Amino acid sequence: MKLTKLLAAGVFTVVLGALSAPAPAQASEAGPTPPSVNWSFSGPFGKFDPQQLQRGFKVYREVCAACHSLKYVAFRNLAEPGGPLFTEGQVKALAAEYKVQDGPNDAGEMFERPGRPADHWPSPFPNDNAAAAANGGKAPPDLSLMAKARTYERGFPTFVFDMFTQFAEQGPDYIHALLTGYVEKPKDFNLPAGGTYNKYFPGHVIAMPKPINDGQVDYKGPDGKPQAPETVDQYAKDVSAFLMWTAEPKMEARKALGFRAIIFLVLLAGLTYFAKKRIWKKLPDPV
Amino acid sequence: MEGHSVYVPKSGFTKWLEARLPIISLTHSSAVAYPVPRNLNYFWTFGAILTMMLVVQIVTGVVLAMHYVPNAKLAFASVESIMRDVNFGWLLRYMHANGASMFFIAVYVHIFRGMYYGSYKAPREVLWILGVIIFLLMMATAFMGYVLPWGQMSFWGATVITNLFSAFDEIIPGVGTWIVTLLWGGFAVDNPTLNRFFALHYLLPFMLAGVVGLHIWALHHVGQNNPTGVEVKNIRKDTVPFTPYATVKDAVGVVFFLILFAWFLFYIPNFMGHADNYIEANPSVTPAHIVPEWYFLPFYAILRAIPSKLGGVLAMFSAVLILAFLPWLDTSKVRSGNYRPVFRVFFWLFVATCVVLGWLGAKPAEGGYTLAAQVLTVFYFSYFLIILPLLGLFETPRQLPGSIAEAVLAKKAKSAAPADASVNG
Amino acid sequence: MAETVPSAEPTRRDFLLIATGAVGAVGAAAVAWPFIAQMQPDAATIAAGAPVDVDLTPVAEGQILKLFWRGKLIFVRHRTKAEIESAAKVDVASLRDPQPDSARVKQGHAQWLVVYGNCTHLGCVPLGHQGQYEGWFCPCHGSVFDTSGRIRQGPAPTNLPIPPYTFVSDSKITIG
Repeated sequence: MKLTKLLAAGVFTVVLGALSAPAPAQASEAGPTPPSVNWSFSGPFGKFDPQQLQRGFKVYREVCAACHSLKYVAFRNLAEPGGPLFTEGQVKALAAEYKVQDGPNDAGEMFERPGRPADHWPSPFPNDNAAAAANGGKAPPDLSLMAKARTYERGFPTFVFDMFTQFAEQGPDYIHALLTGYVEKPKDFNLPAGGTYNKYFPGHVIAMPKPINDGQVDYKGPDGKPQAPETVDQYAKDVSAFLMWTAEPKMEARKALGFRAIIFLVLLAGLTYFAKKRIWKKLPDPV
Repeated sequence: MEGHSVYVPKSGFTKWLEARLPIISLTHSSAVAYPVPRNLNYFWTFGAILTMMLVVQIVTGVVLAMHYVPNAKLAFASVESIMRDVNFGWLLRYMHANGASMFFIAVYVHIFRGMYYGSYKAPREVLWILGVIIFLLMMATAFMGYVLPWGQMSFWGATVITNLFSAFDEIIPGVGTWIVTLLWGGFAVDNPTLNRFFALHYLLPFMLAGVVGLHIWALHHVGQNNPTGVEVKNIRKDTVPFTPYATVKDAVGVVFFLILFAWFLFYIPNFMGHADNYIEANPSVTPAHIVPEWYFLPFYAILRAIPSKLGGVLAMFSAVLILAFLPWLDTSKVRSGNYRPVFRVFFWLFVATCVVLGWLGAKPAEGGYTLAAQVLTVFYFSYFLIILPLLGLFETPRQLPGSIAEAVLAKKAKSAAPADASVNG
Repeated sequence: MAETVPSAEPTRRDFLLIATGAVGAVGAAAVAWPFIAQMQPDAATIAAGAPVDVDLTPVAEGQILKLFWRGKLIFVRHRTKAEIESAAKVDVASLRDPQPDSARVKQGHAQWLVVYGNCTHLGCVPLGHQGQYEGWFCPCHGSVFDTSGRIRQGPAPTNLPIPPYTFVSDSKITIG
């Protein structure tokens, strides 16, 4: 018994050792690990900050929307619970500012009309080919799901701890890092034409030029004072949070329901466990 | 070993029904009176957990099929509409996606439990082989299900896995290509592939449920194995009726498992998934690292460990199919690993091998990783082909208890007087 | 193991088992709800039911315009003088679903009748300008509607219902 236990422990140690051994090669390909931002929406009780989402939306609208579509998001979503919490009126007015293609009409022609809350966000290009043609051959990706579609390797044993800490913010961390990662390229780095150096982009050569600068988006509130720092770092945080919301609009409902479900299950588990003990206690010895 | 039904219909209706369709007495004999060994531990609740997971997957799957569109142009958007617009759609989809992972967690525990306690040995060979068939059906179903969201991993996973069959070109030229084209319904993974995968993904779980029925039938015919591996000798002393004893114990297992499920479902629903699958399928760009779902990783590592295409494919399929021969490869007369000191060490080495192979499957196939995968692949097959056949001949097992009842009483005495523990050590 | 007190045992045990069963049943019921609720119209379907504007200018006298709102068929009928008169002079008390014609149109716009286009019997689409009253005739089971869309003969129990709509101008309505 003792011997086998020792052996098993030995095997376990060897396995752990093998798993935590430094990864050869390939590590140089990926950029440095994005710094972890302290998000309001992380953890079991995390919630989006509607003010931040509204600012992030402003950044998206004034900067990103020129090239990037947001096709899975409808105007109406902006007023839904667990989001930026614009009012219905604001959403209606906002939608009406956009022209949306509709049709065909009775004459068989497509026509443009003012947007309605039910419409999805209009894309800047009619199709992917047009988007690619206008952007040096590579279509700017849709941003609706970007915060779930990008990640970076957490590695062992961090990914095991993530299960317990509920870390699920690789996406926004990466977007924030990318937007703040436009730094001077190292002297010996050979940058191909049409590319821009980015510290966090895998391979460091990104087709998107530096999209945003300090002071570019106006954060002034009704009192004329900025409600948040008008810096690239803050813009990056806000738009990353906004994109986390567009990727996972039901996150608050999910975590709220999860809390109730887990409390319920723990209660039921306790009851079932004691019911089992009680039933088995009555079992006579096998004699 | 069906518990002979003690059910006697009392009311007029049950008497009438019993004479025409003895469904109540059947249920009674298999779910109430059915005798189970009284010494089963919590690893034996995984059968019930798996049954529940099958039901969860079928029910959520049927409901998701009401909203999903199996068309290459619309599939990705329809999944997003489930996540965003359908009432509780996010819950149902995450339940189904994480449910698949939970199903595999449970099935791996179930399989390793069977391997440790020798549950595959006579007279349970058919029961075990039915289990291997269930495992194969689960893998096919899970693979096709992962294709349906039509993300990048869906598309490239489908491409890579279907291309495995092209390896048969190396045996008879043209046959592999013919099979692959047949699977695709085109010249690449495309809309016809998606559409048929959806049809099959809907069909297979019901076939799976049918084989599960056979699996349970076979189980109830031969009776459960137990931690001592000693057969039931005296029904009164060695067993307890399924209800309430096993029922309530299974319920405990199920509820605790649901807590684990809820943790993933509500708080880290994308932990088991791949970020790339939130990018719509694009036939012109392959993701940097193509990795299958975690539950396929050990087999994927074996595939990549072999430097030849055909060899890799054959090794991967053999790694699964070899399980079916386990009842005849293990030559030991003793079932339970509790009484096989040497076997136990190799068993845990085997478990560790599977885990490390899984980790290697997620790593790029290069340098030290490939070498490690090759060493472990050799060990994986040696476990079945060399170690188990030889161990049965050379290992000296420990003294088995005379009966289940004896083992239960010994354990009780031990826990009552811990100072005496060394006797049973 | 000490003997437990037999008299106290059954009630405590029963309570624990009943409580466990009851809590489990509540959980099962709670889990059932999302599976039922998912069948209700989703958020996109509800949002798509936003009001629609209809331009009446192209609809000539005597014509019936068909359009959809929330996936339901709607008839917009430009009624002739004769059709309005025949609808107005009916004895309301003699009708199966008594409703004067004036209650079925907007005041000052008697020439425009806006009704849902599915028979109130079992949902078929009635044919316009047919049947004894030249209103609608349903080919499925023979219900006959007059020029006010009221049921006059056949199995349909009620008049063709009127969707919510308003006149934005004399030649434009908003449905919804």
